[in-house]
Amino acid sequence: MPNRMPEPAGLLLDRSETVEFSFEGRTYAGYKGDTVASALLANGVGVLSRSFKYHRPRGPLTMCGQDSNTLVQIGHVPNRLADQTTVAPGMTVRAQNYWGSLENDRLALLGLLHRFMPVGFYYKAFHKPRALWPLWEKVIRRLTGLGTIAPDAPHGYFDKAYLFPDVLVVGGGPAGLAAAIQAADAGGEVLLVDENRALGGALNYARFDADGALADQRKAMLLRELQARPNIQVMSDTLCNGWYADNWLALVRGNRLYKVRARALVLATGSYEQPLIFHNNDLPGVMLGSAVQRLIKLYGVRPGSRAVVATANSDGYGVALDLAQAGVEVACIVDLRADPPADELTAAAARRHLPVLVGATVWEAEPEGRNMGVRAARIARITGEGTCAASADSFACDLIAMSVGYTPAAPLVYQARGRVRYDEESAMFALAELPAHIFAAGSLSGAFNLDAALEEGYRAGWQAAGDAGFGFGPEPACVNPKDAVGRTHPWPIFRHPKGKDFVDFDEDLQVHDLENALTEGYEHIELLKRFTTNGMGPSQGRHASVPAVRLVSKATGAAMDETGNTTSRPPVGQVKIGHLAGRAFEPVRYTAMHFRHLELGAKMMPAGLWLRPEYYGAAPTRSEAIRAEVKSVRENVGLIDVSTLGGLEVRGPDAAEFMNRMYTFAYLKQPVARARYVMMVDIGGVIVDDGIACRWHDDHFYVTATTSGADAVYRTMLWYNAQWRLNVDVTNVTAAYAAVNIAGPQSRAVLEPLCEGVDLSKEAFPYMGVREGHVAGIPALFLRVGFVGELGYEVHVPASYGEALWDALMAAGQSHGMRPFGVEAQRLLRLEKGHIIVSQDTDGLTTPHEADMAWAIAGKKPFYVGMRSVSLQAEGRLTRKLVGFEITDRAAPQPKECHLVIRGDEITGRVTSVAFSEALEKVIGLAYVASDQADEGSTIEIKVDGGERVPAAVVKLPFYDPDGARQEM
Amino acid sequence: MSRYSIFSLIRHARTGHRDWPRAWRSPEPKPAYDVVIVGGGGHGLATAYYLAKEHGIANVAVLEKGWLGGGNTGRNTTVIRSNYLWDSSAALYEKSLQLFEGLSQELNFNVMLSQRGLVGLAHTQHDLREIARRVNAIRLNGIDSELLTPAQIKELVPIINISPTVRYPVIGGSIQRRGGVARHDAVAWGLARGADMRGVDIIENCAVTGIRREGGRVTGLETTRGAIATGKVGIAVAGHSSVLAAMAGFRLPIESHPLQALVSEPIKPIIDTVVMSGTVHVYVSQSDRGELVMGAGIDVFNSYAQRGSLPVIESMLAAAVELFPIFSRLKMMRKWGGIVDVCPDASPIIGLTPVDGLYLNCGWGTGGFKSTPGSGWVFAHTIATGAPHPLNAAFSLERFHSGALIDEHGAAAVAH
Repeated sequence: MPNRMPEPAGLLLDRSETVEFSFEGRTYAGYKGDTVASALLANGVGVLSRSFKYHRPRGPLTMCGQDSNTLVQIGHVPNRLADQTTVAPGMTVRAQNYWGSLENDRLALLGLLHRFMPVGFYYKAFHKPRALWPLWEKVIRRLTGLGTIAPDAPHGYFDKAYLFPDVLVVGGGPAGLAAAIQAADAGGEVLLVDENRALGGALNYARFDADGALADQRKAMLLRELQARPNIQVMSDTLCNGWYADNWLALVRGNRLYKVRARALVLATGSYEQPLIFHNNDLPGVMLGSAVQRLIKLYGVRPGSRAVVATANSDGYGVALDLAQAGVEVACIVDLRADPPADELTAAAARRHLPVLVGATVWEAEPEGRNMGVRAARIARITGEGTCAASADSFACDLIAMSVGYTPAAPLVYQARGRVRYDEESAMFALAELPAHIFAAGSLSGAFNLDAALEEGYRAGWQAAGDAGFGFGPEPACVNPKDAVGRTHPWPIFRHPKGKDFVDFDEDLQVHDLENALTEGYEHIELLKRFTTNGMGPSQGRHASVPAVRLVSKATGAAMDETGNTTSRPPVGQVKIGHLAGRAFEPVRYTAMHFRHLELGAKMMPAGLWLRPEYYGAAPTRSEAIRAEVKSVRENVGLIDVSTLGGLEVRGPDAAEFMNRMYTFAYLKQPVARARYVMMVDIGGVIVDDGIACRWHDDHFYVTATTSGADAVYRTMLWYNAQWRLNVDVTNVTAAYAAVNIAGPQSRAVLEPLCEGVDLSKEAFPYMGVREGHVAGIPALFLRVGFVGELGYEVHVPASYGEALWDALMAAGQSHGMRPFGVEAQRLLRLEKGHIIVSQDTDGLTTPHEADMAWAIAGKKPFYVGMRSVSLQAEGRLTRKLVGFEITDRAAPQPKECHLVIRGDEITGRVTSVAFSEALEKVIGLAYVASDQADEGSTIEIKVDGGERVPAAVVKLPFYDPDGARQEM
Repeated sequence: MSRYSIFSLIRHARTGHRDWPRAWRSPEPKPAYDVVIVGGGGHGLATAYYLAKEHGIANVAVLEKGWLGGGNTGRNTTVIRSNYLWDSSAALYEKSLQLFEGLSQELNFNVMLSQRGLVGLAHTQHDLREIARRVNAIRLNGIDSELLTPAQIKELVPIINISPTVRYPVIGGSIQRRGGVARHDAVAWGLARGADMRGVDIIENCAVTGIRREGGRVTGLETTRGAIATGKVGIAVAGHSSVLAAMAGFRLPIESHPLQALVSEPIKPIIDTVVMSGTVHVYVSQSDRGELVMGAGIDVFNSYAQRGSLPVIESMLAAAVELFPIFSRLKMMRKWGGIVDVCPDASPIIGLTPVDGLYLNCGWGTGGFKSTPGSGWVFAHTIATGAPHPLNAAFSLERFHSGALIDEHGAAAVAH
């Protein structure tokens, strides 16, 4: 490790452990705690990748995960940040986006063709001849993209957790630490989140005073205070990745996504240092001043042997002092300012006799070899905004550090709809307004002076605690100057006639690329971004967006503020898709009787989120099983699990009024202890759900909904009542009840001996009656309804009794030969009765009139949801109708559901339900047909598999027991 | 005027590409126009383009309150297809697809149309029956569509997981081979350039604040850049249609919802078709830049804010990772939201309004991008002649009075 500095440099290193890993097939050693980038730099490897478009060699720029230069492939995971990922033993690291080798990338030839590849060149070419475009597209696709992904890469384990702090502090630098300490003193639960491994932020690497001792002192004090407060939870290595409404934030740590609801939020996210734009500013060896400091202090890496520091603030002098102290020769400090003010750091640099040139800039970097590094910096006198004197002096160096300014790390502020405006005095974007319950401190809000940042931190912590309901003591004062002015150069852009003056490193965009796009009329900052792709790469414009605003502002003459910035949205940083996907927690739901069905050999099928018995028996016996189940219900007695039905309790003085508005039928005068059919239509008059409403009391209805529709019905009810504000409570009790339907001529005989407190006789408990009582000692609701068209009872019991109910009924039914039946048998039974299943026999357009359900519409109500549409439909002409059909020809192929009804070459409808009815000895079904085909006796043609057209006769519904005598026994 | 071609690229290389002419002018609004289109998205620009090209009406202004294509045109997942169920939808979307097929050449602007095929997945027996019905109906309308087995899907999309043990296994699907993607921004820019060339004034940063009427007729617009007199106004503002309708004194059966999409970081090509699943709410394709582009479902709440909630993204990605486990370690780079305007039948409204001279084009829900040229083409006809073209006659506002709705709820992977 030739570039490794001796201890104590390297805050994050554990030098007791050496870690071997490979990069591009060669083995390197680093220390535990090294990142891939720092370990490689320690070994003298400065090139990590090839750039997106021109395949230029690239090395670390920020050393804090804010550039895409360090994206590498690790194992089967592409695009990992080498400056953030710690080395692990045996890790296999490869560079990305080259053809040949990293040193000899054949695609670097593309750099030579750059003259023919201006921004947006692909919009201007390749479309002619048309036939060749698909080939061009293939070439373009192959050349773009960064890493590769192994086709067999697994999902892995990711999960999610929830946190509810009173105060969330994002950023563990001086301001964030101060805020957490102050907020904790007020008494609330405080969560402090920092994306780095070690708390301290800039205190870990930056220099605030001449001898570099102040940061350590402050950090020690703050960490001591932090540890003394047990109500502060610290999460380091945690990225706060997005702000959503009402201070709902996403945190990512390890393989876990935390979703945090914070009463109050303190943002102390700091700022992003910005590059200087000059010719060849992308060469490996050109990096931010803060990156240089991070390498030295955090990783003990000497980032070069001879350095030029380009600066426009006193921080650059701190960088130069750090370099000198690390044994790097400082060839020159180039200060862009004509007349830099003297301060502690400039004085210290002078004391060390570091050479300084003022009013000048790095105008070019001279490349080493094939752009693999820096050989020298050419320095020229600044003559105006972005212009330099013609002559330049060459300073041999292998490192160019850039400290020319900052922009606030404000993604979370933007996402929370805070306002940011451009401040001419400091030449920076600055926070102008924060939304309620959000506070800011530190360099994010312009406090670059360390003491000012601490004061702001204490104050923000105090404000946030007070906002969260933990008012405590007087407001901490802020007396120190923020020192934002003089940190950022207003025009750090030096356009070079030869280009390669990169604005966006991710996307290989140079100054003239943006200027040319502006000339072509893409002047809106958002249009410029989209046309040039400026800021659309993995670092999302951390460095590219402010220079773009400066260039637009200059070209259009509009003020910086008027030009604005592009929108910032979550995520703040990169988040793995696996983090968001998590464990795909969408469990299959079992009813209380599920295992009884399995014991009985049921074949289960999905129904919404549930599993239901399709039929009972082995697969080869499917049709016999269904036939036997149907026969048992028709002739004897059967039992079906209907627990999956939705259940909603509607209670309150306005319950009947609420029902009357939600459903098409009339409910105001529905007698207590009676059930009534319910049909829900949407505002377009389309049938969306149906079920049964049982009225238990004047102010209490129990309403069933379809298995897959229950949640939507519940949501719809809440949505409407949020507007109506009727005095009702709606509770979704789906799955709180287990339920069965016992049906068939013998059902009363099976049930009766088990019942207590309920008289099942025809007179005492007529069809559509509902009763409360006990069955086998279990409290139960009895609904005498008949979906399958036989005498029958739905029995609803608390779900915990579901299995006991099933067992008791099966035991009681044994002597009667009762069989359980499944969904398939039920579907046939109800088809024989002509009952529709919503969403099988209806689609997104079916109106009550089309489905022949006009009987379920109350004519004299003042209002129900969808009434206006239904009334219009009643007046209009039907374009189609749902009818019953039968096919008596036993030799004809049986149609399937969704087969089309065809007349000539016109589609007039489709089959929605079809089955062979044993009871009726023919194929029966429901189908949509044209309205002029809907009369009884019409013949329709159904196109079946293979294209044959099968004639069918339209018949009256129901097919079975038209008078309903059997269900009303 | 400079035509775009490889040769012009080479020619302009001599001057470092500094002398390309503006793609479109930036004129001051005139006091009066024959037609004013409100909304500088794809639909508005296409309408202006076809008004000038097909109907010789070039004294047209397109007013855009922000930047061109800044609404849903720049926020969708760029999918193009015409596999719609009902005859009237199929005819309209097919017209649009056909226009797309020649658009780059017609506009002399490469909109990067990529007809890489669009696969729809079935996860349940119900899906499979429904897909079979759609394929049948679509073919009967003369549009290409084929049923696929899981093995065929695997061949087209090698990275898909067709294991029967996942929560929602892939049990079949369909493909429209002419379906695919196009570069959405380029469609707006190409149309803007084409319209501008034919004399249309494209006016950015110009918000409409009022609609002037006299005796039930439109007489002009009030804007943030002054009043503009005109006898014909075409509204094409997607999510904000209800706001414009309110200015003209009528209401629309439109609900506006946030719809989200996202892209991953760029990677080398791994998926060469568009894959969509209605049951689990996923759209996936890979852009020419290498990013995976994925669309999520809508947020159930109504909103005009162009952002959505995280849970919708979480559930979409959970489903995507089940289908494509290899996405798990990829990173999401950007996500964003747009506002979709949804009609009760999930079909658009293109036609006349209760105000004479005021025409409306809205309600595209999640299907607006793919219809861009077709929508503009029929809307231009409607505005030019004062009556709908046969292709959009069924899509009248009147249908919400007559009840002749066109249900396309099942057409998209996104439930409305």
